[in-house]
Amino acid sequence: MTSLVPPPMPQARTPVSALGPDTALPAAKRDIAPLLLVPVLMLAMLPFVGSFPTWVTLTVAGLAMGMMIFIMSSGLTLVFGLMDVLNFGHGAFVAVGAYAATMVLLPMHGWLEADSLLMNLAVLALAMLVAMFVTGLLGWAFERIIIMPVYGQHLKQILITMGGMIVAEQLIIVVWGADQVPLPLPTSLRGAIVLGDAAIEKYRLVAVVVGLLVFAAMFLVLNRTKIGLLIRAGVENREMVEALGYRIRRLFVAVFAAGSALAGLGGVMWGFYKETLTASMGSEIMVMIFIVIIIGGLGSVGGCFIGALLMALVTNYVGFLEPKVALVSNILLMIGVLMWRPAGLFSNARR
Amino acid sequence: MSEPTAPAPAAAAPLLTLSGVHTHIGQYHILQGVDLQVPRGGLAVLLGRNGAGKTTLLRTIMGLWQASAGSVKFDGREIGKLATPDIAQAGIAYVPESMAVFSELTVRENMLLAARNGPLDEARVEWIFGFFPALKKFWHYPAGNLSGGQKQMVAIARAIAEPRKLLLVDEPTKGLAPAIIQSLIAAFRELKETDTTILLVEQNFSFVKSLGDTVAVMDDGRIVHAGAMRDLVDNQDLQQRLLGLSLDSHQ
Repeated sequence: MTSLVPPPMPQARTPVSALGPDTALPAAKRDIAPLLLVPVLMLAMLPFVGSFPTWVTLTVAGLAMGMMIFIMSSGLTLVFGLMDVLNFGHGAFVAVGAYAATMVLLPMHGWLEADSLLMNLAVLALAMLVAMFVTGLLGWAFERIIIMPVYGQHLKQILITMGGMIVAEQLIIVVWGADQVPLPLPTSLRGAIVLGDAAIEKYRLVAVVVGLLVFAAMFLVLNRTKIGLLIRAGVENREMVEALGYRIRRLFVAVFAAGSALAGLGGVMWGFYKETLTASMGSEIMVMIFIVIIIGGLGSVGGCFIGALLMALVTNYVGFLEPKVALVSNILLMIGVLMWRPAGLFSNARR
Repeated sequence: MSEPTAPAPAAAAPLLTLSGVHTHIGQYHILQGVDLQVPRGGLAVLLGRNGAGKTTLLRTIMGLWQASAGSVKFDGREIGKLATPDIAQAGIAYVPESMAVFSELTVRENMLLAARNGPLDEARVEWIFGFFPALKKFWHYPAGNLSGGQKQMVAIARAIAEPRKLLLVDEPTKGLAPAIIQSLIAAFRELKETDTTILLVEQNFSFVKSLGDTVAVMDDGRIVHAGAMRDLVDNQDLQQRLLGLSLDSHQ
């Protein structure tokens, strides 16, 4: 939480051994335990599920759902990590993105129904781009109008961003109406492909591919570009980034808009996954998004990715094995992870 | 090893002038009218006991805390009201007391960020390796894995990754072993050969007495003494009066 007195630069001074500067190489510590969680969980569930084809179906379903949740939550974790901004209105971008896509999908429904994979994918890609553009723009305005005045004040951030979310929901109803909007899948993405005895829904494969592409793109940007370096450094210590001469405010606005655009993309994908849109879809998914970024460690994109996959896989496995427990499985997962790592799977050095 | 020297600027005007600077942090009145001049070139030392306001002074110069009154003139320009990034771009580099190396980033990435005007200058990096050889060895290691002394080297190297007019260094020897302090002394000697001006905050008098050209002593948010380092080193009475036991006890 913020206090009146700005804290000194974080990062505790490590006690220094009497060793000189040239002594032994420090062990290159790579924290791989959280990376192993996903495959371990998948393998551990195989005997419980019993049948291999069912396990494949559940696992692919979980991975697809996880990828979509990752796309929706990745922006939020960076926004929090970089500027300590709690945005409870993030779900609004998810809903607006999905609805914005209908501006393309409804007039071009002929392309959706065409029996051509190429045409289907083209209209899908166009819808995604429009959704990202609209939500990116909305995110930029949201940052300027709603977040900027409450900089550094967590309580006010929570209140005003929740308010922003309610306004956005009502605006969706004003613009697109209060009724559910059906969003059928494009013809060639309906149904499943059968591998041996396992049925895998085609759309889920698309979701996995898009999710992997987004993750790879984010990974490359964060690790291979100067902007990415600045974001990673800013998550750790934004004061020092400013002391090096960079205007972190501008960077933050850009990250906020990009995160909103990703939420919009995730919204389109989630809409197709559910095949209907409701104005409240954003607030419904917000709970899952928060669980994921808490599990992952606030500010960590990698943690967010693993957290999203874990949560979705657990939801699918538990939904199959013990449907009654499915409602609380997310919370149980979060409790378990936080008991192991109280700051999330990958906690950044700041707190 | 030293860099080529640029033509000497007008030596008369100080590079940095603080007049009547007051800084409040919350309800605390930390700087209570600081007047300080840092001459162009060379190494100026700021001494003072814990809580005297030395760190606050550096943070105020850097714009990390806003002065509530007074003026900060740097290189002929008022910077007291500028934001931190603009102050940095005016040519001031900062090594905070916490070092604030980016521990998730490698040593190289820390340096890349510091080179905001373009790619890293290879020759300059080699020059830095000359006095901080550990950095060459750990170039591709996450900075968070380094020891405290090595982190201090990263923090200093980052501040000099590109030539800057003024370098603010906050207690670089704090918590470091004598062997590492020796290599810091060597590094500062090398830096003094360049035309970067250094303002070094310390409590460790033995570390700075051979390095400093000028010295100012701070107490209770004010400068209580300013003069040549030589005069303070030669005058035991003055040392006793200004620095007292609190500094003697630090090595």
